[in-house]
Amino acid sequence: MCGFGGYFGSIRDAEALLARMIAAIAHRGPDEQGKFVAPDAGLGHARLSVIGIGDGQQPMSDVSGNLTIAFNGEIFNYLELREGLMAKGRRFRTSSDTEVILHLYDEMGEDCLPLLNGDFAFAIWDNRRRRMVLARDRMGVRPLFYTNKDGVLYFASEIKALLKVPGISAEIDPIALDQIFTLWAPIAPRTAFRNIYELEPASVMIATQEEVTVKRYWHLDYPHRDAPPKLTNEDDAAEELQALLSDAVRLRMRADVPVGSYLSGGLDSSLVSALAAGMTPLQLQTFSVTFDSTEHDESAFQTEMASALGARHRTIACQAGDIAGVFPEVIRFAERPIIRTAPAPLYQLSGLVRQAGLKVVLTGEGADEVFAGYDIFREARVRRFCGRQPASRMRPKLFRRLYPYLPGLQQQSVEYLSAFFGAGNAALDDPLFSHRPRFKTTAAAKIFFSGDLRATLKGYDAAEDLVSRLPQAFSLWHPLHQAQFLETSFLLPGYILSSQGDRMAMAHGIEGRFPFLDPRLVEFAGRLPPEMKLKGLVEKHILRKAAKHLLPSAIRERTKQPYRAPEARSFVGAGELDYVRDALSEASIAAGGLFNAKAVANLHEKCRTQPASGFRDNAAFVGILSTQLWQKNFTGQEVSAARAA
Amino acid sequence: MITIKDKVRAFIVDNFLFGDTSYELADTASLIENDIIDSTAVVELVAFIEDNFGIAMVDSDIVPANLDSVDRISSFIKAKAEALAA
Repeated sequence: MCGFGGYFGSIRDAEALLARMIAAIAHRGPDEQGKFVAPDAGLGHARLSVIGIGDGQQPMSDVSGNLTIAFNGEIFNYLELREGLMAKGRRFRTSSDTEVILHLYDEMGEDCLPLLNGDFAFAIWDNRRRRMVLARDRMGVRPLFYTNKDGVLYFASEIKALLKVPGISAEIDPIALDQIFTLWAPIAPRTAFRNIYELEPASVMIATQEEVTVKRYWHLDYPHRDAPPKLTNEDDAAEELQALLSDAVRLRMRADVPVGSYLSGGLDSSLVSALAAGMTPLQLQTFSVTFDSTEHDESAFQTEMASALGARHRTIACQAGDIAGVFPEVIRFAERPIIRTAPAPLYQLSGLVRQAGLKVVLTGEGADEVFAGYDIFREARVRRFCGRQPASRMRPKLFRRLYPYLPGLQQQSVEYLSAFFGAGNAALDDPLFSHRPRFKTTAAAKIFFSGDLRATLKGYDAAEDLVSRLPQAFSLWHPLHQAQFLETSFLLPGYILSSQGDRMAMAHGIEGRFPFLDPRLVEFAGRLPPEMKLKGLVEKHILRKAAKHLLPSAIRERTKQPYRAPEARSFVGAGELDYVRDALSEASIAAGGLFNAKAVANLHEKCRTQPASGFRDNAAFVGILSTQLWQKNFTGQEVSAARAA
Repeated sequence: MITIKDKVRAFIVDNFLFGDTSYELADTASLIENDIIDSTAVVELVAFIEDNFGIAMVDSDIVPANLDSVDRISSFIKAKAEALAA
């Protein structure tokens, strides 16, 4: 795991620029740095040594010197690929997975990408064909951003490296801001930065002097909703799932350093940890976040699972004020406004892993998307159920069962439950049916947008923009698969794997690995009949079945508790930090120009005096504060204008 | 003279619209459909009515038919107050 940057085109002072770019992302690769400069192309690399520690330096060139690669990530099946290449007569100079990509590309060009089972982003300078090839893994685990300036293509693992290019500066993209305040994340390739883009997951960009093309090499797919299921026997499916997951973990234990595991206390990370513990000759090291508040804390389950595994378990407490303490750094690494604080404890957690001396951790991320674990899938099912009999007074009571951890909801009358979850219930064929209430509730936070920002947006509708990008086959899928597609292809790379995942782990030079996102497992899960994933209102049914002999029943049978962290109340009240007051002051808000200063002041005061704020107010508070911090960090806009005023 | 409707409107504008008087809130506009309140805000609304009008609300009172617009809230408060006075 590493970071890289580079360019394609004619520039001056290439060595110095590459040095600046790599210095900006040195946290991703604290072990080594390297540069490669050719006429019209250059690559720089910061390395976190995990595989081929002694001989995997980058950028790496092939024997001919015609191909040079800068690579971030891991190819988990590199040993199998290497064996196949050696059988064809290929000779290897190193033990690294990096060299495997070079040989594969030499043989097959970009057609080699579907063979890679890994989390990767790379750039290959192909001197023979005079082209720069950029590629990214299927699910979007590893990041890759790019921009153009004066006919030169610049690219890097994080945007902060691109900001080192002369003439490229940070400016908020108002459309991206609207998308974040509706969908929780920008729609790729858009980023929060105007004119800076991300290469979409499962895509390859080929840049020549004549043109730049981007194409997808893999698509997330589901069967036609009326097609007879290929897998009908649950026992067989559970057995196959366990075998695939076990192999996915086995491949992800490959490293020349010890591999640890995050342990949330839920089904997914417990299952991954249990499989990993059975595969390592060492004592597995596990890592968890604990919270002061009982509504967020899962430490009892974490302790039980760690004890069952005989793991060496470490925890870090996320206490009152901790989120506020790290939040500016969280935004600096996330490189975008966010509407939830959940990345902050994960930033703390990766720091704990680093302190323990580890570089690599497994996580359970991805299972909720692939096996339908999120509440939103169950909620959509209940909404459809209610939508068929709108007059029913019994059906809306099911909403209480969905959210036992939300006390406010438990007290609501049937009429209010029906009203709050009624958004879009009549439009059963709406492509966003499953997500419409969430998007609508989140977008309510846009009430704080300034008049100028609203005028700039000219009525832009982020949800409809998302609809316009859905694949043709989408309408032919089962409603659960439609909802899974939205989570897996949009929110997973756009928020979970980036703002909560790669960026928070790599802030401390930690590589996260995601067995549930092994492409074999993702494709297998896509083929499963919907009822094997969401059975009635039981989420991840088939995964629970597969876990039967691996986990204590208390872990296996517990209802999913979504990972959440305290929101606005983390920042207000006694001990409120200066930067929060400054960022939300009327002068700072007015200087930023994006929000209504008076309304934000009222929101700030409301959060101070009424700590139990609702979703809209929390999302708005965190979104506005993070936007202000983003502006300060990346554009240099001083948010402490209030003090000067 | 400040009417019940004025007080209700002021509360909604201050607490749920954060003082944004440019928002054109019709007396009959649904607070839910217009994303003005969520489930947490219902609790705030009930506390406002109880604290400011001396009304004790029972569970069956807390329904959108009574509380989902400025007009409905005002009518509900008037009816409750009249019942108390009777």
